[in-house]
Amino acid sequence: MGEYLLLLLSTALVNNVVLVKFLGLCPFMGISKKMDTALSMGLATTFVITFTTAGSWLLEHWLLMPLGIGYLRILTYILVIAAVVQFTEMVIRKVSPALYQVLGIYLPLITTNCAVLGLPLLNVQENNGFAVSLIGGFGSSVGFTLVLVLFAGMRERIALASVSQTFAGAPIAFITAGMLALAFMGFAGLVPH
Amino acid sequence: MLTALTSLTILGALLGLILGVAAKVFRVEGNAMVAELNEILPGSQCGQCGFPGCNGAAQALAEGRAPVTLCPPGGRAVALALAAKLGVDADMSGVEDVVPRVADVREELCIGCTRCFKVCPTDAIMGAAQQIHSVFREACTACGKCEEICPTESIRLQPVTVTLHAWYWNKPKIAA
Amino acid sequence: MNLFKLRGGVHPQGRKELAEKHAIRQLPMPERLFVPLQQHVGAPAQPLVRVGDQVLKGQLIGAGQGFISAPVHAPTSGRIAAIGDFSAAHPSGLSSPTVTIEADGLDNWLPTRSVDDPFALSPEEIANAVGAAGIVGLGGATFPSAVKLSLSRKNNVHTLIINGGECEPYITCDDRLMQERAAEIIEGVRLIRYAVGATRVMVGIEDNKPVALREMQAAAAGTEVKIVAVPAMYPMGWDKQMIRALTGCEVPADGRTADIGMLVHNVATAFAVRDAVRFGRPLVSRVLTVSGGAIATPANLQVPIGALVEDLFSFCGGFSQKPARMVLGGPMMGVELFTAAVPVVKGTSGVLALTQQEIGSTQAAPCIRCSNCVRACPVGLLPLELAAHIRSGDSGAAVSRGLKDCIACGCCSFVCPSHIPLVHYFNFAKGELMEQERGKLKQSATKILAEERLARIERIERERLEAAAKRKAAREAKKRAEQMSKMEVA
Repeated sequence: MGEYLLLLLSTALVNNVVLVKFLGLCPFMGISKKMDTALSMGLATTFVITFTTAGSWLLEHWLLMPLGIGYLRILTYILVIAAVVQFTEMVIRKVSPALYQVLGIYLPLITTNCAVLGLPLLNVQENNGFAVSLIGGFGSSVGFTLVLVLFAGMRERIALASVSQTFAGAPIAFITAGMLALAFMGFAGLVPH
Repeated sequence: MLTALTSLTILGALLGLILGVAAKVFRVEGNAMVAELNEILPGSQCGQCGFPGCNGAAQALAEGRAPVTLCPPGGRAVALALAAKLGVDADMSGVEDVVPRVADVREELCIGCTRCFKVCPTDAIMGAAQQIHSVFREACTACGKCEEICPTESIRLQPVTVTLHAWYWNKPKIAA
Repeated sequence: MNLFKLRGGVHPQGRKELAEKHAIRQLPMPERLFVPLQQHVGAPAQPLVRVGDQVLKGQLIGAGQGFISAPVHAPTSGRIAAIGDFSAAHPSGLSSPTVTIEADGLDNWLPTRSVDDPFALSPEEIANAVGAAGIVGLGGATFPSAVKLSLSRKNNVHTLIINGGECEPYITCDDRLMQERAAEIIEGVRLIRYAVGATRVMVGIEDNKPVALREMQAAAAGTEVKIVAVPAMYPMGWDKQMIRALTGCEVPADGRTADIGMLVHNVATAFAVRDAVRFGRPLVSRVLTVSGGAIATPANLQVPIGALVEDLFSFCGGFSQKPARMVLGGPMMGVELFTAAVPVVKGTSGVLALTQQEIGSTQAAPCIRCSNCVRACPVGLLPLELAAHIRSGDSGAAVSRGLKDCIACGCCSFVCPSHIPLVHYFNFAKGELMEQERGKLKQSATKILAEERLARIERIERERLEAAAKRKAAREAKKRAEQMSKMEVA
């Protein structure tokens, strides 16, 4: 149990998918202007990542490996990811048209979020078991959501501040992101090696 | 080769089936957004936005084909409400310049032809044949239809004069 | 009596010494009076006179319309010279509908009916008399007093609080009124208490007015009215702050004092109520303070409503030096005047002519987030946050942080070391929100109009078609009948 907790912590904070592994930067910059949309995006991504890590593990171990067609890995994974994203999109469109409108192009773009593809591939690379893959995927996406919401909060504050003309807009956002990444490096000491 | 082909085909078919079922279950009738946007728009069907009526404008908005500032009679209030509903930043630069206006009859030119009050979408013009018409300023949306149709240029859109009731402080202009 | 802890507030220099020693004097009747038809919160009064009419002092010249409104009376006898727009006592410098009266110099009262024992009247009669006299909150809020009285009965008000917390610097008119006419005020207070049926009456007076406290205590001895000294601070005269100090109760946000069973009236209002009920005299004059470093001899004056501010200045000996700013009301909440040719209204508690030294620097600098404004805010808001949101164009965010509870007291601007015009931001945002609100109202009205028009057009079309069908049917029936008769003939 303790091991899984540690895994959750380490994927969410220490090896944060955005700020340490630099995956999924596109929605990180794109959907971080407002806290509530950032949270919705985070939740949608969490849903997608958790399902795809589970689905791809099953495919990997029940389909690709027995049949020896490992070279189709990326193709299969993309298929699963696209399907899950499509499904999420349908659900959101039905449940909350406003959120659907707000997330706009970034919702289908979850498909191309490199974190979504990267995590299953990492799992294969490190030869993780099903539980570890699932918890790792979930922890990473929680880390993604956390960082997205934190960053959105910071950007909301920056929107109020008087930023000099040179830095206004994207530049100050990138500087803030860099500082946030520096801060997350501090978590490295959290897990004893 | 054959295994690869069959397995991927089956997998694709399976996922396609699941998505097909999901699409049936989560079907959305029309675009719910259009109805919500339609609620915000004035509903006077004046056509100033360039779309056929407010419903057309709502559709264009929902599909992102039109800016939120498309509705001149709605002005700032509507633009802001639309932006909030669509979750976009309203670019107010175009709206600020439009001074709120209202139709005004120049009585010495009015011939009482009744054309203007027949086209007014909000019944904001009062009058009868051979009588000088006048405008209910509160009901006028400054759509300009009366201005177009008036044969004597007697009815015109004039900037709204600020009243004591409507006046408020301007935004402080400081660097800080 | 135990007082309760207060939130926020500031201690500006009182500057009351300029005017507080000057007894109330009567302003000689000016030649012309300019009486605005809207001097109160609510709907403007409807003029009842015509140009050229002769009026007597106290005669009704404008009738209140609607539930929240107040009538307007002639402040002196004379001839109606004009009815039209005249500059209002308002920061915009815009004009408002105004009745101009040429005084005949006789100052003849309309015959009024005195009541020897006002306590024999029913509470409704008192409320009616107050309403007919056009009395509004004289502390500056100008809310029609009769409406407050009748609402209080409905809401079972149990505590009446009379506000003697004249906290604005410079202003001393209520102080002088309490010193000189304490007995009349106490009678007015008792009348209000009787009219609303309150069981507890307290008069809160700031402790920087010792003479007023003494006089009021002497006048209240032996009555149910309790005089309480409250600490001098700004904004002590805010009704909710006064309630907090005296009872420890907090009026809920978006609520009114009546929600917690309390009614607050100003001392000057109590005085006016006594005049109205006892002598049937409407509110046609008020006491106000003329002060400021640029005034030759500051004074407290009894001024007819509609007198011009410039008349007051010249009666006070004009300016000792050129004023840097003229202010209507107190320096904290008052408004800057760009011309002295504006009339005094019911809610005017003072007119100030301030020197450059008194107004100080106003060069704004960036916010340093010192949070002085947060400590000063008597409402408990975060002025720096509100202003930041408003500055970035997001008034909606300011509303969700409590902008609507802001009372524009000016404490935040007063303490701001960066001289940021915080209250100005809030006033701007409130105006903007009002405008949006009006826009929305108009929007929904437009929608209804457009729908009704479409329905009408459809109906007319349908009726036209129906009538055409009927005519056609009638024609065919006739044709058939003709054919039948032809056949019969054949």
